[in-house]
Amino acid sequence: MTVELPTGRIRSRSRTVRAPGGLSLRAEPRALLTGLLLAAAAAALAVVLIGTGDFEIAPADVVQTLLGNGTPAQDFIVNDLRLPRVLVALLVGAALGMAGAVFQSVSRNPLGSPDLLGFGYGSVVGALLVIVLFKGGATAVAGGALVGGLVTGVLIYLLSYKRGIHGYRLVLVGIGASAMLIAGIQWLLTKAQFIEATRAMVWLTGSLAGRDWSQVWPLLGTCAVLFPLVLSQGRALRIAEMGDDAAYALGVRVERMRMLLMLAAVLLTTAAAAAAGPISFVALAAPQLARRLTRSPGSNLVTGALMGSVLLLLSDWASQRAFGADQLPVGVLTGLVGGAYLLWLLVTERRAGRI
Amino acid sequence: MLVESPPEQSAAPGAAAIRKRHAARAAGLLAALAVLALVLVASIAVGAKQMPLDEVWHGLFHYSGTTSDVVVRDLRVPRTILGLMVGLGLGLSGAVMQALTRNPLAEPGILGVNAGAAAAVVSAISFLGASTLTEYVWFALLGAAAVSVLVYVLGGSRSATPVRLALAGTAASAALVGYINAVQLMDSKALDKLRFWTVGSLASANMDTVRQVAPFLLAGALLAAALGRPLNAMSMGDDTARALGANLTRTRIGAMVAITLLCGAATAACGPIVFIGLMIPHLARMITGPDMRWVLAYSAVLSPVLLLGADVVGRIVTRPAELQVGIVTALIGGPVFIYLVRRKRMAQL
Repeated sequence: MTVELPTGRIRSRSRTVRAPGGLSLRAEPRALLTGLLLAAAAAALAVVLIGTGDFEIAPADVVQTLLGNGTPAQDFIVNDLRLPRVLVALLVGAALGMAGAVFQSVSRNPLGSPDLLGFGYGSVVGALLVIVLFKGGATAVAGGALVGGLVTGVLIYLLSYKRGIHGYRLVLVGIGASAMLIAGIQWLLTKAQFIEATRAMVWLTGSLAGRDWSQVWPLLGTCAVLFPLVLSQGRALRIAEMGDDAAYALGVRVERMRMLLMLAAVLLTTAAAAAAGPISFVALAAPQLARRLTRSPGSNLVTGALMGSVLLLLSDWASQRAFGADQLPVGVLTGLVGGAYLLWLLVTERRAGRI
Repeated sequence: MLVESPPEQSAAPGAAAIRKRHAARAAGLLAALAVLALVLVASIAVGAKQMPLDEVWHGLFHYSGTTSDVVVRDLRVPRTILGLMVGLGLGLSGAVMQALTRNPLAEPGILGVNAGAAAAVVSAISFLGASTLTEYVWFALLGAAAVSVLVYVLGGSRSATPVRLALAGTAASAALVGYINAVQLMDSKALDKLRFWTVGSLASANMDTVRQVAPFLLAGALLAAALGRPLNAMSMGDDTARALGANLTRTRIGAMVAITLLCGAATAACGPIVFIGLMIPHLARMITGPDMRWVLAYSAVLSPVLLLGADVVGRIVTRPAELQVGIVTALIGGPVFIYLVRRKRMAQL
């Protein structure tokens, strides 16, 4: 039986563009094409998703309305109700995809995603504290999630630090921390009244329902700062995948770069969780799928982010189609599909002898 | 310069030395049993209503129907007995699991066996309308068995490394927890019932629960006790074990059955409780050395000490409310797990 090995295709299809003066740049046509196609798919899905709901709007009308030529009713539904929700989905997906790509590259393990490392649980504990103990509103809950995720991220980093960060130690410390955080979550759930428990349950599954512009702006701001930061370290990250010693020899300050990138990735994850709850498995699956599509080695930061958007939009659309508008939070669907994908990943990775 | 050689590496110990070491281990076991007795008394005496020892004595041996007699007989005693049995089950299954997989991180919670049992129970409650323990204990056993086989295979069966198994188990748990959450969201009545069960608690124990899970735990414990010798042989590697006359297939199957019985029944009785099966066998091995027969004996005594101790602590810290025992064990066990991971040998996995 043949097993597709993405890393077995390192046989480079990239071309080197040389400029006068000794500068050279590697261009990867396949990665570029994949990126463009994913961006197009995300845009198309966004338009379809805006048209989906109790009040169906044809895609052509959606585009017209977005350009400012719609009827007042369409204008209200598209621009005030559905556009912010779709933008949140787009940004959350991109943030999770990029954070996942960073973590998987740093831990050198396809399973090293924020889902399994416990950052998501940190955000949940923060948010539940606000919901259950202080009965706070949506903004306070988002703030709690942000603080919880950040504190967890810093703690896990410090606990797994021992003469540098070692991939497996990071993963295993994350597993231990998750167990403790889950205990905290369950304790908070038993403390809650029934109404709050239901609200908390919806929150901790991850949902896009009822998102408005007040969630879009902070998320957009975070992404606008952090995406360029992460991308600027992309080259160093890729060199570090060759091993710390080789990277040091090539002039990369590995530990500093890693700390910066992990901080950025934790921020992206928690910002996403603050906006939409801890949506599971997107961060795990998106970089892996992107990698298989681009067939390019390295961390696939941009394609991973685009793939994250596509995955989340697709899940949201599918759950609305299958269960009706806002019947089930989108996190249920990503959880079920992602769980199955994870098991498949484990089997193939094991056959290839990589974990 | 004098270099003191560690005792294990001195020339083969004479018969007298072996006898001495056995005597020391037996004495240690007696001390552990004494601690267990103390914890048992504490578990009956401590709680929302404090009991002086004479009332405990009265309730146990001169039952006359006073309030404190009722509290002792109907609430505290069943809870204590259940804690004793469940602790024993979790500790033994952890010890067997670590020996079977030759993996210091193996533990029913980490490897997802508890989550498997929980997922099966949640399905039974929500879809099949199961409501009593007798009905869903079978589902718990089924779920535990399915997940332990799945994780063992996914983790690479015999070539499994600790990291691989832990990852496979965590991945399986993550998927199962997603499923459990989805079921709870769609069925809010089930959520109300399950949010207490999925924590892991001894609070709702009664004699019926004890009676229903006792046969499974007893069978599992006997099986585990019988496995001490073959597991000792297996710890030296498959080839050596075969040369020593151990039947590997039979041992492996026996160990899987024991793990399933112990974990499944323990989880069905009081929800998923993590980390007991991780910590106690390590502690036992630190005291006794690698002989599985002693490790199993010590685990069987020390695990209830930890579980009941955690239960008592949970009753004290947030009095008059209670902190569920599963939460206390996770809060104690998480740091221990991280400590084990950070040790030098583990870091090189």
